[in-house]
Amino acid sequence: MQKFETVTGVAVPFRRSNVDTDQIIPAVYLKRVTKTGFEDALFAGWRQDPEFILNQPAYASPRILVAGPDFGTGSSREHAVWALRDYGFDVVLSPRFGDIFRGNSGKQGLLAAEVAEDDIERLWAAIEAEPGIELTVDLVAKTVAVGALSVGFEIDDYTKWRLLEGLDDIGLTLQDEAGIERFEAGREHWRPRTLPVQNEETLEKA
Amino acid sequence: MTENDTARPRTLAEKVWDAHLVKKGSGGEPDLIYIDLHLVHEVTSPQAFDGLRAAGRPVRRPDLTIATEDHNTPTLAIDRPIADLTSRTQIETLRTNAREFGVRLHSLGDIEQGIVHVVGPQLGLTQPGITVVCGDSHTSTHGAFGAMAFGIGTSEVEHVLATQTLPLKPFKTMAITVDGELRPGVTAKDIILAVIARIGTGGGQGYVLEYRGSAIRALSMDGRMTICNMSIEAGARAGMVAPDQTTFDYLHGRPHAPKGADWDDAVEYWKTLATDDGATFDAEVLIDAAALEPFVTWGTNPGQGVSLSESVPDPSSVEDLNERAAAERALEYMDLAAGTPLKDIAVDAVFMGSCTNSRIEDLRAFASIVAGRKKADGVRVMVVPGSARVRLEAEAEGLDKVFTEFGAEWRFAGCSMCLGMNPDQLAPGERCASTSNRNFEGRQGKGGRTHLVSPLVAAATAIRGTLSSPWDLQAEPAPMAMGGAR
Repeated sequence: MQKFETVTGVAVPFRRSNVDTDQIIPAVYLKRVTKTGFEDALFAGWRQDPEFILNQPAYASPRILVAGPDFGTGSSREHAVWALRDYGFDVVLSPRFGDIFRGNSGKQGLLAAEVAEDDIERLWAAIEAEPGIELTVDLVAKTVAVGALSVGFEIDDYTKWRLLEGLDDIGLTLQDEAGIERFEAGREHWRPRTLPVQNEETLEKA
Repeated sequence: MTENDTARPRTLAEKVWDAHLVKKGSGGEPDLIYIDLHLVHEVTSPQAFDGLRAAGRPVRRPDLTIATEDHNTPTLAIDRPIADLTSRTQIETLRTNAREFGVRLHSLGDIEQGIVHVVGPQLGLTQPGITVVCGDSHTSTHGAFGAMAFGIGTSEVEHVLATQTLPLKPFKTMAITVDGELRPGVTAKDIILAVIARIGTGGGQGYVLEYRGSAIRALSMDGRMTICNMSIEAGARAGMVAPDQTTFDYLHGRPHAPKGADWDDAVEYWKTLATDDGATFDAEVLIDAAALEPFVTWGTNPGQGVSLSESVPDPSSVEDLNERAAAERALEYMDLAAGTPLKDIAVDAVFMGSCTNSRIEDLRAFASIVAGRKKADGVRVMVVPGSARVRLEAEAEGLDKVFTEFGAEWRFAGCSMCLGMNPDQLAPGERCASTSNRNFEGRQGKGGRTHLVSPLVAAATAIRGTLSSPWDLQAEPAPMAMGGAR
């Protein structure tokens, strides 16, 4: 996972609330065997509509989604975060997130930042006044800035730390790789191993 | 570990946990536990390997990892390309990943291919005192050897591939003591169905179960695996049986079991694993083995079961309102009326297989009942061995002929109709007596109705066409031959 510090990029005024994960990525896309390549699946239902905001030229390469309250509710599918990341989003701003979605985001390097509802309104107004304008999200200072407007956001310290350090669960565990190596050095040598393969032939030779 | 820790009487589960502690969690953090054996199959591994690839990480210990194809594999015409595109893609992806990451894989057609939970023990890889994980909830099977074994999600599969460890929160322990002697015709499957009916599908939540008592000690390894396999249906993290001479005899001489002086060292260690006298469990359940009868489920969760001699229960007699509603919904889905004697229920199909009951002893048990008889008209009977080796062993004993002469289909190894990810499925409305582990709505095919039973009950049901146990056959003319009986 890459270290997260500041992101400057095109922001989308996403004037919708209660966007559940079934809307973020419909179930039909869950049969795939990869963890990447879900960009075509993001908001697949809504993207059929030519007027949908992500189909507008000003928002062709967005990095920040500025959404209404209760973003990412419903099904626990980790695919919702994958689809947002694959599409190019690094940040979602919303007054409230679904718990599981927020947890999944932190693990996958997507910043889910809580911004007060009236600040979201102000951000929407600023973006809509100049479609395609870039926002700057600063994780260290916990601020979102566009032009002269700057608002704060909330994120728990543990997730902030993990994002700043670029640590996923695996990265966290591997911080103590020496501990794993020490443990391995002390394992009994006769514990089972799958390799080399043992079968009748090797048993006869032994 | 401090001296204090080792001095305190501990349970089997606590001993295995303590022996795998890489790092003790502090301040609400989970413990970091070392994983001795990681089993992999095609359904829950693709995204995990893809995650490794994206992060540029290798598989830390390919020598502690083994993969097999089971969930999607066809059980007929295994030499032809898999027709279903999703299934084929998942299997081809596993093959690519295994090659790229250096993981041992037993593919369709390989002599060691089969259901992952049949293959591990058969190779001697599943050993007492180890930790085993797999992206599959029935990993609990391996607890029969005194291993701590549990199912994990795809993100955790990736975590184990990359680090050979898992962050885990400690568990509670529950002793399930089954004392007394089982009556003839009553088997391990009946014990575990009775346990789940007793404690409920959520009764084991947060617990590692330890099965104890004379009835458990008397069981073979195959029987113990059947019991541990379904621990997850009681909601438990894992189920375990302390290793004993039966365990050691099963393992001795298997390809990956310790050899020579190592064997002696291993056995000496394994003997220390049993729960200490004076160790305490957080909960205890007692079951009288002698009182058990052949068991069967009537509903749509594995806890909805009763003795076969009883009738379909009346939901209005259930006190808990949620459970009453669940029972009503279940009877509607199962198309059953309260008060119907279970033995009056006719089936369309009998499925003999799954990681619960597809080992050689299960097939022998089934054969011992059907030998020399003919299946009931109109009942489709499918026998699916758990692994290619079990299939060969059965054929060497002539069991395949017993099955086909009985009128059953003799298939290749895999998960098959237990979950219907391959073409082996029930049609809507079809009713099946199944030796598998889940009677959920649609589990064996959309609209299919499942009654969970033992191999002996499956066999008797296939003969009579209605839910039956071997006890119901005794009044009938004796079979002409008992070819497969053991």
